[in-house]
Amino acid sequence: MAQAGTSVVVVGGGVTGLSAAWWLARSGVDVTVLEKGIVGFEASGRNGGGCTHYQSPLFHEEQRLWPQMDELLGYPTEHQQKRLIFQVDEAKADFHKGLAMRIPQGYAWEVLDGKQVREMVPLAGDNAVSGVLCHFGGHANPQRTSQAYAWAGQDLGVKIRQHVSVRGFETAGGRVTGVETSEGLVGCDAVVIAAGPQTGKLAAMLGVDLPMAAARAEMIVTEPLPLMPMGGVDGHGLYGRQTLRGNLAYGGGPHEWYDDVALESAPARPSGSVLRSLAKRVAELLPRAAHARVIRSWAGVIENTPDGRPVIERLSSPGNVTIATMSSVGFGLSPASGHAIRDLVIDGACSFADISKLSLARFATLSPNWRRDLNWLPPEPIAPLAQGAA
Amino acid sequence: MTLRLTLPAPDRHSIIGKTRSPDERAEIVVVGAGPAGCTAAIEAAKAGASVVLVDENPVSPGLIGTDVPFHFGGRATNAVQSPERLVERVLESNPALAKAFELGVDVRLSTSAWGAWVAGPGLKLHPEGGIVGLADETRSWLLGFDRLILATGARDLNLSFAGSDQPGVMGAQALHALLTRYEAFAGRRLVILGTGDLAVRTAELALDHGLDVVALVEARDAPQGDAARLAALKTRGIEILTGRVPLAAEAGPDGVAALVLAPASGDGERRTIPCDTVCLAVGAVPVIELFDVLGAKRAMNSARGGHVPVLGANGATSLPHVFAAGDCAGLGGEAEAAGRSAARAALASLGREADAPEGVAPVTGPDALAYQLDWARALLATGGEEVLACLCEDVTRGELLAVQPPRYLGWRSNAIARRSLQTLAEDGPVDQDQIKRLTRACMGACQARRCREQVALTMALGANVLPETIPLAGYRAPVRPLPLAVLADAEEPEAMARDWNVWFGITTQWVGYDDIGTEREDEQLRAGMPY
Ligand SMILES: Cc1cc2nc3c(=O)[nH]c(=O)nc-3n(C[C@H](O)[C@H](O)[C@H](O)COP(=O)(O)OP(=O)(O)OC[C@H]3O[C@@H](n4cnc5c(N)ncnc54)[C@H](O)[C@@H]3O)c2cc1C
Repeated sequence: MAQAGTSVVVVGGGVTGLSAAWWLARSGVDVTVLEKGIVGFEASGRNGGGCTHYQSPLFHEEQRLWPQMDELLGYPTEHQQKRLIFQVDEAKADFHKGLAMRIPQGYAWEVLDGKQVREMVPLAGDNAVSGVLCHFGGHANPQRTSQAYAWAGQDLGVKIRQHVSVRGFETAGGRVTGVETSEGLVGCDAVVIAAGPQTGKLAAMLGVDLPMAAARAEMIVTEPLPLMPMGGVDGHGLYGRQTLRGNLAYGGGPHEWYDDVALESAPARPSGSVLRSLAKRVAELLPRAAHARVIRSWAGVIENTPDGRPVIERLSSPGNVTIATMSSVGFGLSPASGHAIRDLVIDGACSFADISKLSLARFATLSPNWRRDLNWLPPEPIAPLAQGAA
Repeated sequence: MTLRLTLPAPDRHSIIGKTRSPDERAEIVVVGAGPAGCTAAIEAAKAGASVVLVDENPVSPGLIGTDVPFHFGGRATNAVQSPERLVERVLESNPALAKAFELGVDVRLSTSAWGAWVAGPGLKLHPEGGIVGLADETRSWLLGFDRLILATGARDLNLSFAGSDQPGVMGAQALHALLTRYEAFAGRRLVILGTGDLAVRTAELALDHGLDVVALVEARDAPQGDAARLAALKTRGIEILTGRVPLAAEAGPDGVAALVLAPASGDGERRTIPCDTVCLAVGAVPVIELFDVLGAKRAMNSARGGHVPVLGANGATSLPHVFAAGDCAGLGGEAEAAGRSAARAALASLGREADAPEGVAPVTGPDALAYQLDWARALLATGGEEVLACLCEDVTRGELLAVQPPRYLGWRSNAIARRSLQTLAEDGPVDQDQIKRLTRACMGACQARRCREQVALTMALGANVLPETIPLAGYRAPVRPLPLAVLADAEEPEAMARDWNVWFGITTQWVGYDDIGTEREDEQLRAGMPY
């Protein structure tokens, strides 16, 4: 339906929306991205940077595209290939069996013993018991990548409008004809909703039930250390990497569910409840870095569907709307999710992968109490004290 | 085709049940043992409250070496290597500490407060009151409070010029600490930058300690401080040089050997002044880190030195558990009165009997940001774009203005060459956190103590906007650089280890797509997470 010259509005300037905008612009489509804050300032700029999603139907495309992204975008993403996962707990020595069940044919990986791990990971210690080296996958810098999509899109004519929040849709004849924003109505021929945790709220305005819940998760980062031969090193319940600057950036562990996140304002993202347990595990994983100073932490807001799987779908009604939410692993998959969204918007079907099992239809039988059933609930609310100043 | 919905088991990996209670508690915790904090702690103890007073001084030689919390600029003597002596010095130089001890205040020296939290959106952990994260050289722990009074003072404002990243270039707060609190200053002959109140006080202090102050340097055309005191400095042989800024610090074997000055307008005669120390006294910055971590509302207040917490009466912040007193609430004013008022207000909010707060007269100072901006503009005009804006991350002013990726990426492209602060400003107001992510300026190990303000000022100049309009690059815990092994929680709750998961633990998420709806899906679900 959408062809060159038609205009698509993308709601949300995270990696999903920005990649979609860039892909659409590469096909000559006129695109406007509406972002309530700054591009990549939510989960897309606050994640672990991992690009190894063997479970996804978009995996092959993820793996095909990442090594080319710097060149395709014209801006650096800091993508580095390969990932090494290792354990320091004897009870997990055989963890490669869990991976063997999942890594698709055709991707090279090998099992390492503790000694081999130490050879490849100078910061590892005598406690390393076993590892897996994936010759695929890897990591990139989320903040740089988000901006790279935005800039590369702009170079192809994408209009990026920051500090513009979407609050509704104008529909006529079973189609969305305009997007209502904090800055007035923006007319369009088609819409992509890729608003992260807010995607469900926006879909609901179109009568579409997209079950989602949002949670907060934390990461810590140390001062720079000498570069290891490869940065994509994690395990022991942690995800993360050594950045190209040398900092160790790791997350993992408990998340905190929100009751709700507002449609138009930035949610509070305090960090503090998991930092010390993260520090403990990083020091255990990489004992030779135990002296490294932690200099920052942060938290990001993460979107999740009840089964943890994405929804990437062109709606049947309104027929010119495509929704995309990646359910907490959307950074690595972004080169591919943007491609899929482009295909759905322009051709109505994904050209390179079967994504039918991700259809929203799977939630038809979901209980309305699913959040309670899954225990996806925030801690008990606490009675607020009397108001402070201001 | 009908799709089967496969749901994960109920979540046991969330934070519920995994937070731990603080290691210790006090009704009132005061952070910062300067005049405001000591007065607050004493006042609270007199009313019978249990009080812990925390101060990071004396700080370890390691932190001094990394310019934490002040810009020590490598000018501390070996005396800082002997902690017992320093503790003695800190106690001697601050009699209020002894008084606090006597009144039963639990005084913790050499202890840093690296984070503080109260319940709020996204963080519903703490059933009542709040928590401060504390650390010493070997471990970290949590201290619970009913009320927190932050009296964290001010830190140095750094402005760089060629050669300013060598020993001998330091801040006024650091000089004050080394002279009065530590008796450990290694310099002899100083040039002081600035002529405002802070610079004048710094010169007087240095003279009183028998140091040689050669000159006060001022970027503006006229001296800024009190005329009589400046005149008195002149009669003591100090030159007041206006309309000039440092162009470069010349290097000798022990760091700075001389300072080269240039006219602020750019062209004109240079002058070289031999000295071993250049002390930046253009401004100080309220230490608001913990307010920001707590999520207290803040606002830019140029007449009080920069970003400060939004306050109601008697130091009340937007958070009912948290009060502010002294320079961290905004520069200037009577610190002791502010400390007393905050303590009384905190006591009253706890339902304890306390004298009525005496109230604190409103304070207003000169427009600090306008002054800092004049300095930054002159330094940029004279020193050019090669000078470092961020020392830790080695980012030049030019790289900042051009929004270039860090040099170590070795990235070159026409596309990136076309980008700059100005093109970025076309997409919306420039934001310091965004610049930080793109250029790495302010990302370093000093936690941006040496560059946060000058990066914001440079951004204002580059984007041609008022510095007030640039959003602050937010502070995050730990607000002191803490080794992993120190930050690590050695006694985390059992549930934390038992139910720890790398990522949510949603088993259905990790089933290979092709296997969804097949027997292999069940097999993978039985196996749990991939690892
Ligand atoms: C700590 C952490 C670690 C993670 N680690 C990884 C990892 O290693 N690998 C990985 O692949 N994924 C990881 N993730 C998940 C990943 O970051 C997200 O899945 C991904 O960024 C989602 O991108 P998005 O564009 O769909 O959503 P978002 O990044 O949330 O972007 C949505 C955008 O929409 C905007 N928006 C919302 N509502 C409106 C509105 N009404 N109007 C206008 N704009 C609106 C928001 O401001 C936001 O910018 C992690 C996430 C976090 C927080």
